[in-house]
Amino acid sequence: MSIEATSPNSGVSGKQSAALPESWSRPPFIKNHLLRWGLLLGVVLYLYLSIGSLEVNWTRIYEGLDRGAKFIFGFMNPNFAGRWNDISEGIIESLVMTVTSTVIGIAISIPIGFGAASNLAPLPIYLFCRGIIALSRSFQEIIVAILFVAIFGFGPLAGVLTLSFATIGFLSKLLAEDIESIDKSQAEAVKATGSPWWQWINYGVQPQIMPRLIGLSLYRLDINFRESAVVGLVGAGGIGATLNTAFDRYEYDTAAAILILIIGIVMLSEYISGYIRAGVQ
Amino acid sequence: MAETLSSTPKVWQHRNRNQQLLSWFLWLIGTAIFMYCWQIVSESTTWFFVWDAPRIAADIGSRMIPPRWSYIGDLLEPLWDTLNIATIGTMMAIVMAVPVAFLAARNTTPSARFVRPIALLIIVSSRSINSLIWALLLVSIIGPGVVAGIVAISFRSIGFISKLLYEAIEEIDKNQVEAITATGATGLQTLVFGIFPQILPAFAGISVFRWDINIRESTVLGLVGAGGIGLQLNASLNVLAWPQVTLILILILLAVIFSEWISAKVRHAII
Repeated sequence: MSIEATSPNSGVSGKQSAALPESWSRPPFIKNHLLRWGLLLGVVLYLYLSIGSLEVNWTRIYEGLDRGAKFIFGFMNPNFAGRWNDISEGIIESLVMTVTSTVIGIAISIPIGFGAASNLAPLPIYLFCRGIIALSRSFQEIIVAILFVAIFGFGPLAGVLTLSFATIGFLSKLLAEDIESIDKSQAEAVKATGSPWWQWINYGVQPQIMPRLIGLSLYRLDINFRESAVVGLVGAGGIGATLNTAFDRYEYDTAAAILILIIGIVMLSEYISGYIRAGVQ
Repeated sequence: MAETLSSTPKVWQHRNRNQQLLSWFLWLIGTAIFMYCWQIVSESTTWFFVWDAPRIAADIGSRMIPPRWSYIGDLLEPLWDTLNIATIGTMMAIVMAVPVAFLAARNTTPSARFVRPIALLIIVSSRSINSLIWALLLVSIIGPGVVAGIVAISFRSIGFISKLLYEAIEEIDKNQVEAITATGATGLQTLVFGIFPQILPAFAGISVFRWDINIRESTVLGLVGAGGIGLQLNASLNVLAWPQVTLILILILLAVIFSEWISAKVRHAII
């Protein structure tokens, strides 16, 4: 495929000898005519088929507009007080799950990350660790949560294990990529002093990956909080169960209060982690 | 130098004393917080079930194999729905996200004081709320079905696409824009000929990347009634039909691999 960024002067600097063109048109994003029109045709055909297969219940949507207005009204007047006990319990449980799962996830991710770095690990360990990462990345948190709830029973432990498992895939992969791109000469300098393996890791490799590790961990803390709001939908603890109940009872003011709390906490943690990351790097 | 005065030579240390104390202190606080949180989790856990977990896991595992292949006939239509939720949802998100991105970028926003904060608020609200929660909300408003899924996916994607796109807009080469402006182009022409060509590769990459993520997310939207293959997953789980669950998980895995392959191919072609 030949998709390229447009270069505006390619048309002008071509042949000056012939009469200068009267008009100019932008070079297309996809140069190959056949591919361009083929893609366009494919998109139109797909849209025709997919929109044709949609079953839209317009009366139901029309009735829903009323509830939508109620929800927007609820957002304007969120009801924190009505079910404050449920909300505060759920939010605290979500935060607790976030912290626990992030710590456990990081603790497991670091050895797996080292094992999945091709410049440190021997081939069998490399393949094993990459396998774990692929397994963890290929399934949605919610599916893992369903299985863990079935295995470990209802409650926050299933949620903690789910989020830890998801953290492994995310953190180990990015950590391994960072370890693979370290500056070799620094590590070699430490090795040249005759240091044993663990000192080589501790003084040659670890300082180079530390800023990124801290940044990724904070980012994952953020993600885990957002996900902890979801795993509750299938009974794995956290604010999700409260939110689900609120929607089931059409209590949009309570639901809005929970959503506002989630957005507020995410914004706060994004702000703090941005501050810490700026300090570390 | 202080070292030369002392009788025993000073051993090199990574950190000085104050840094070391600070580091120990932070570790102490961190460990205390973790232990406290773990205690809370532990209190609300029925440990009897946890000790029983290996047996249960083995039991479920033995029920899951072999997958019930004959069930696949019922899954093709939900799979098509899942693909539609992700694709149409991404397209709708793009349509809404592009203007938001231009309002949020420092160099294209009409007013950095009034419009930009609103655009940023839209981005952060959209990003903070998971697509499943959007789906929960929309199912309760417009009723269960594929449409709720499409709208949920598009609402969740607005923030993602806008954020990455406005960062790309802020990094464009000013000279090109200035050259276009110098020809006497109007604001719209500057946008189309000065800015669009520069962000087009990033834009295509971001869109395909989000489409890839959306395929993953749309597979589970059915759990809350928003259409797609998740509906079948939920139904099978409710009746404990583990062989059907296995088949659905295999199909989801294939869909994820397929979308990742396409997205990698397209991004490779762009870059």
